[in-house]
Amino acid sequence: MTAAEPIRLLLFLVGVATFVGLNAAYLVWVERKGAGRFQRRAGPTEVGYAGLLQPIADAGKLMSKQLIVPPGADRVLFRLAPIMMMPPAIMAFALLPFSESLVGIDMNVGLIALFAFSSFNVIAVMLAGWSSRNKYGIISAARVVSQNVAYEIPMMLVIITVLMVSGTLSLTAIVDGQSGAFWNWNLFALASNPLMPVTFIIFFICMLSETNRAPFDMAEAESELVAGAYTEYAGMGFGVFFMAEYANIVIGCALAVVLFLGGWHSPVGVFPGVFWFLVKLYFMVFLVIWVRWTFPRTQFYGLLNLSWKILIPISIFTLLLSAVMIKLV
Amino acid sequence: MKNIFKEVVGGFYTLTVGMGITLREFFRKPVTVHYPRESLKMPERYRSHLIFTSNDDGSSKCIACNLCVKACPTDCIIVDGEKKEGEKKKSVTKYDLDFTRCSLCGACVEVCPTDAIVFSKRYNLAATDRQQFHIIDLCRDLEERNKKKAQ
Repeated sequence: MTAAEPIRLLLFLVGVATFVGLNAAYLVWVERKGAGRFQRRAGPTEVGYAGLLQPIADAGKLMSKQLIVPPGADRVLFRLAPIMMMPPAIMAFALLPFSESLVGIDMNVGLIALFAFSSFNVIAVMLAGWSSRNKYGIISAARVVSQNVAYEIPMMLVIITVLMVSGTLSLTAIVDGQSGAFWNWNLFALASNPLMPVTFIIFFICMLSETNRAPFDMAEAESELVAGAYTEYAGMGFGVFFMAEYANIVIGCALAVVLFLGGWHSPVGVFPGVFWFLVKLYFMVFLVIWVRWTFPRTQFYGLLNLSWKILIPISIFTLLLSAVMIKLV
Repeated sequence: MKNIFKEVVGGFYTLTVGMGITLREFFRKPVTVHYPRESLKMPERYRSHLIFTSNDDGSSKCIACNLCVKACPTDCIIVDGEKKEGEKKKSVTKYDLDFTRCSLCGACVEVCPTDAIVFSKRYNLAATDRQQFHIIDLCRDLEERNKKKAQ
């Protein structure tokens, strides 16, 4: 490690913190605008041009609110839960390769570290639900744990499939393996696994579920559980959960881009680098929003049935298929 | 086994159909009207409280004949008029409508021999006080409209 390395990491951290904050603020705006357009409304229009200052007004409102700890709640855990939610999300950003050079830490086990960080939010949501001494919170905590356990399995099986194709755990090396035009992306690696698009769809479904997005937003489920685990949180306590949720969405989408869509590589050969990474990233984010405003929330047993009866068998099958294909070819 | 396969593929197909529909709506124009900034045009037969129609010179067509007062089932109209010098017909000096009692039946509009009163299309009629609707002064309303037109 050279002397400049800590400074570079510090600058990267500042950059990532800014990116996460702005993303959370403006993805809310994009989400609300998108929701409006999908339902043929205009979305926010009042604050600033096309409602562009709305996130800033919202942030101001959230920050000026009193942080209330409900009586009977576990004070320490209640405060700890939002604190535990945010750092893993920011840490995970350090591992994402935005371009050849723009990567915080290029670990040789980057993928495992990323999953370790991104699975952390389950514990934070569970703690939040449990410590707030609220029936909705408890139900939400129980749901979020069983949901995430159920969806971690097909997610991991899909990841192993991709790993067998690319043969490395380093995120930069995985992206490097997909260089060239778009038919080199893992999504179209049909030679080593003809079911790769299906694998991608399973990954996408699991990603939606892991980030607690509709149609799998069992943890929040505002029509049945008020706001689930976040019911008792006021002001920035709620704001932090919200930011971390959007940060997790960005991480999930970035992971989809890295694993399947060729990372920073250009599909047509022009503008390589961070530009294409962000284009693909926000395309995935748009897909997530699109799915949310198209489908209603599933029932809980439907959600578990989908994982155990459909996604896990299919992902085991694709795993075995790619193992056989790689061995034979 | 065959059923499960059918269910998964068929189910996924219906999901893509749904997403196609929402994407089509995404690129269409919003149908909502941003009310305080823009408002819908009221339909032709919308009935709000009475207003005067006017002659070309801005005066009321009302001849204070009191037919509307007699036609009114709830007695919510008070009309007074006087005969100005050099004019054949009477002209109106006072036309007060008690809008709290008016049922918008239209008997007055129908009976009016000179078509002096019509239903307006004013629907922003909120007030914090009921008194505001006890007397709607149609003469003053016509004056105010004339003034606005003059500006």
